[in-house]
Amino acid sequence: MNTRWVGMVLGGLFGAVIIAGLYFPILKQRVKQTAKIQPQSEEQARRELTQSLTANPTEARVNAKLFWASNAHDGSLAPVSVELPLSNEPALRAKQVLNTLLAGPADPELRTLPPDAVLLAFYLLPDGTGIADFSEAMASSIPSGIESEQRAVDSITRTLAASVPQITRLKILIHGQEVETLAGHLDLTGSFVVNPRGAQAANSAQPDLLTSSSIRLEPPLTPASTSRQTYAATREQPTNSR
Amino acid sequence: MLLKVRNRDDQRRQRTGHNSFHYAGFTLFLLAATFLTVSGQSGAQAPTTQNPPASVTPQNANPQTPNTVFSDSPRPRPGLNLVVLDPAHGGTDTGARGTGGIRESEIVLQFALQVRRALEAQGFQVIQTRMANENPSFDDRSAMANAQVGAVFVSLHVSSTGLPGTVRVYVNSDLPPTSGGREASGLIPWDRAQAPFLFLSHKLGDFVQGNLAVRFRGSPGSAQAAAIRQLRTTAAPAIAVEISSVSVNDRLDLDRMAPGVGDAIARGVTDFRPSYVVAGIPGGLP
Repeated sequence: MNTRWVGMVLGGLFGAVIIAGLYFPILKQRVKQTAKIQPQSEEQARRELTQSLTANPTEARVNAKLFWASNAHDGSLAPVSVELPLSNEPALRAKQVLNTLLAGPADPELRTLPPDAVLLAFYLLPDGTGIADFSEAMASSIPSGIESEQRAVDSITRTLAASVPQITRLKILIHGQEVETLAGHLDLTGSFVVNPRGAQAANSAQPDLLTSSSIRLEPPLTPASTSRQTYAATREQPTNSR
Repeated sequence: MLLKVRNRDDQRRQRTGHNSFHYAGFTLFLLAATFLTVSGQSGAQAPTTQNPPASVTPQNANPQTPNTVFSDSPRPRPGLNLVVLDPAHGGTDTGARGTGGIRESEIVLQFALQVRRALEAQGFQVIQTRMANENPSFDDRSAMANAQVGAVFVSLHVSSTGLPGTVRVYVNSDLPPTSGGREASGLIPWDRAQAPFLFLSHKLGDFVQGNLAVRFRGSPGSAQAAAIRQLRTTAAPAIAVEISSVSVNDRLDLDRMAPGVGDAIARGVTDFRPSYVVAGIPGGLP
């Protein structure tokens, strides 16, 4: 009984080894093939990205300031001038600079945003509020922490401020949804100030533009408050909470 | 830990292949699972009994410190009496995770223990937003501070970035007033409860950061501003303290920082004490 069992098990194992031996070269070939395909598709993706930037030959090439992490590794940001063909249409221009920011600097250590994050859409409301909709990787791949999350948002708002003066505030969505925090710390329920002066001008020019919708503009900011990265909740406030 | 040991035992027994051992192992596993479930539930319930209801005065709030300086007076001394300590994350939310398996949610609990000791040594009462591996919501944590009189809120974090061995203090970024500041009812809107306290938060943050910078080289000299969700709904001087980082190779490097961080926070809060005047706060709690 026992020897028969051992025989059967050994026979089965022997068969498995032979099958594995036959299958191994096929598997190896497949791995080689996929390895060949991958760099191609990456290159393609990059080409698509640059193509979208150079889609219109009439777009003037301008020096755009992109804010990535500084070489000092102290958590601060440093502007890098990159010559880009940028559209004159603010929403498209914002998309172009954000895509370049997402593509990352020459030194990957100085990235501020996760490499797999994608900008899904960018909208610009008439009052100057920009809405950037990022893929889920923006929230899931970013290193969790107050410093890293604040730096990511700072790099986005400062890059937009440098290239698209029409944007006054920025609201960040993740996969089309409003989320409470970016990765456990930074508040995304409100909007971030991009161009404080523009916010003031837009406010005085069109004060009641969006009062009917859920987004409401804040009163002008004082110069003292604009010196820091400023944050404001744009939710409608409940009038009788208690 | 207990689960791991017993599981390993079970596997060993199952591997012997003998039927009786099989059953014995399975029964042991069931027993272990039942025991752990029961103890886990009681562990989760325990801290809630320590969370004081809003009506409880601060003296009774903390059962672990029965003989504090305030115990002989029936009413709390005006000014700063209490520190609400918030070990961030917990439960399914691990927070920052290092490559070496270090979890922010676990480390902050250890730090909280040291900070608590240092604060109690300075005569403060301490309430923690969580005592074990659970995850109260942002609002639940804020509510614990908002229900207290004369409290400050200190949220503890461990980052995934930054120079290891440094500590940064953060204050909520400016919250510009809507509809002229306070609501017509005179109440502070929950969504922006931090707004009237920002000035005091900056003061507290600078005191704590100053003390941290002395102990941890490379740390900034003053508190920084960031849009931190936890602080926005907190109606008290509130700061977040972030220690760098979960990316250290050895967990001991972080453990060694804990007493220094506790001491610096306790000293910072003590330095801040004279600046804390409830009556002077616009929209301050009664």
